[in-house]
Amino acid sequence: MADGTSLGIWGVPLALFAGALRVSTPFIFVSLGECLTEKSGRINLGQEGTLIMGAMSGYAVAYQSGSAWLGVLAAGGVGIVLGFIHAWLCSRPRVNDVAVGIGLMLFGTGLAFFLGKPYVHPIAPRLPAFNLGFWSHSTVVQEALQINVLFLIGAVLSPLLLWALQSTRWGLIVRTVGESADAARAMGYSVNGVRMLATMAGGFLAGIGGSFLSLYYPGGWNEGLSSGQGLMAVALVIFARWNPLYCLYAALLFGAAGALAPALQSVGVTSYRYFFAAAPYVMTLAIMIATSSRSRTLAGVPAELTVSR
Amino acid sequence: MKTATDASTLEVAARPRSFLRSLSLHWAESIVIPLTAILASFVLFAIFIALAGANPFQSFHWMYRGAFGTSFSWQNTLVRAAPLMLTGLCTALPLQLGMVIIGGEGALTLGALAAAFVSHLIPDASPIVAITSMALGGCLVGGAWIMLAGGLKYYRGVNETISSLLLNYIAIAFLNQMVEGPMHDPASLNTPSTYAVPDANMIGNMFGTEVHWGFAWALIVCLLAYFLMSHTLIGFAAKIVGGNIRAARVAGLSVGKITLFICGLAGAAAGLAGVIQVAATEGRANANINAPGYGYTGILVAFIARANPLAVIPVSILIGGIGASGGLLQRRQHLPDATVLVFQGLLFLMILAFESWYGRFKIFRRKEAPNG
Repeated sequence: MADGTSLGIWGVPLALFAGALRVSTPFIFVSLGECLTEKSGRINLGQEGTLIMGAMSGYAVAYQSGSAWLGVLAAGGVGIVLGFIHAWLCSRPRVNDVAVGIGLMLFGTGLAFFLGKPYVHPIAPRLPAFNLGFWSHSTVVQEALQINVLFLIGAVLSPLLLWALQSTRWGLIVRTVGESADAARAMGYSVNGVRMLATMAGGFLAGIGGSFLSLYYPGGWNEGLSSGQGLMAVALVIFARWNPLYCLYAALLFGAAGALAPALQSVGVTSYRYFFAAAPYVMTLAIMIATSSRSRTLAGVPAELTVSR
Repeated sequence: MKTATDASTLEVAARPRSFLRSLSLHWAESIVIPLTAILASFVLFAIFIALAGANPFQSFHWMYRGAFGTSFSWQNTLVRAAPLMLTGLCTALPLQLGMVIIGGEGALTLGALAAAFVSHLIPDASPIVAITSMALGGCLVGGAWIMLAGGLKYYRGVNETISSLLLNYIAIAFLNQMVEGPMHDPASLNTPSTYAVPDANMIGNMFGTEVHWGFAWALIVCLLAYFLMSHTLIGFAAKIVGGNIRAARVAGLSVGKITLFICGLAGAAAGLAGVIQVAATEGRANANINAPGYGYTGILVAFIARANPLAVIPVSILIGGIGASGGLLQRRQHLPDATVLVFQGLLFLMILAFESWYGRFKIFRRKEAPNG
């Protein structure tokens, strides 16, 4: 208690830093997954549903099995299934991928609330974290510098995905399908097949991002766990110009923005807390307005993507 | 003289063709395919209920009872259908322009807040003045909100789906800030709220039922929207913009004005839904306005209705009925209240899956005129 007040105003940047590390992890995973999916030329707004389903199933499996990591894996598996449903529906003629995404968002949310009812009260094992604040005597500092393993995996995955997209044969195929379906078809690749794999992989990552919500921070399963992080991650990919490395930076920025309201509250600034809580949304919108243009398409946008048309 | 005879021969020649056209089953396509999709979602939902350990047939029985079985459940259904019709329009109208707007929840929220604000400004006004001002205020604010998404799309190329979604979260944060701050009624302790609308200025119920006049408003707005989109020049222009934006530009249509106008109307409809929530159901603006998620369910309504304002009416009643049946399903079958959400999600996915059936069956094709 005394430690917290002794930090005084310095508690705010510390909390922002801690928030950037903690709150950003689901953003990193969902945005990397969505980035891969969008690179193949499809947008999946159902990532919100995948995130919530991932949070619920991860928590349920971790509780039943006693292993948090098994929960993470199960959440990824559920994400793959939801990605498959999205890709399969979209591969049918005249089906709009944005609409399917909204449908899956409603379905995933409903299903998670339905199946998650028995798991609101039980306590599941938490994911482990590294304690980087061991040098400090202040509990506030120690708590702020807890770094989760999933965050590190996400941070490594991001340059890895960039490399894979730019320098490997698979990456080239995904980009070809996203830039020109006709060219990919002429080269003998199955456009729907590639998009299906990219959407399923994207769902896998989004599911893992969801499991972080329930198994680490904020932790526990309840119906208000996700407040649109899955959808914000979709906007975040646009902000990051479809570059996985920028996705990581953007996720950190969003995490810090999300931590703004509680951080200010901890030093006594409680008025306008809802305005501060809305900061990430306002920021996303402002960035989209600033970077979009009517006359030219966005830099780096896959040409087959519906948002670029 | 010659041109006149030409025109009349053309007219005669056209007559049998249009007669044949009316005989074809083309119109039936947009009824048969959604009904098949709804049937398919019922089958999937039955399997889901069976897997969850309940009896699907009993569940359907109780759902029917809860939605349409008694006069009480009918009234419950219609009260829920009223805001759904309006939020459904919020997505349906821009859909005709080819825009997927999902900002109904935000426009509804701000419409509700505007109604509470207007009511607070004129506490002593007569009911007719108060209700009219509240409705106007809600429509204006809601309309401006979605017009913002439309304008950003047209003038800056900002994707309207994502911007309208972000606007939802911003609007909800604004409501929460207002009811805890400047518009807070100190008497509301558990749920921070605005000051209540005086009882005399509330929108009353129709003909001794529990269904408020907001339902009639919503019905009229849907009919007007249908008339606008199908029988006026503006609606025709909107359909051209939705069909081929380049053709619309070549034809000299001002795409920007049409976009802003349609988006404004869409937002005004959702804003009116918020007014109804405050002035007919809740009595004040607070977080309960967002609890039923009418703005999001309206997206579902618009897609099932295939963006047709007339079809929005029966679809809203159907979806309102599903929502109304949740309570009975919970009490009689011990299924969680999220069951109806699962059903709605399945319904949405099936409607989209069957979208690819359009134009596939010969029986529904327009019959070609002989030698045509």
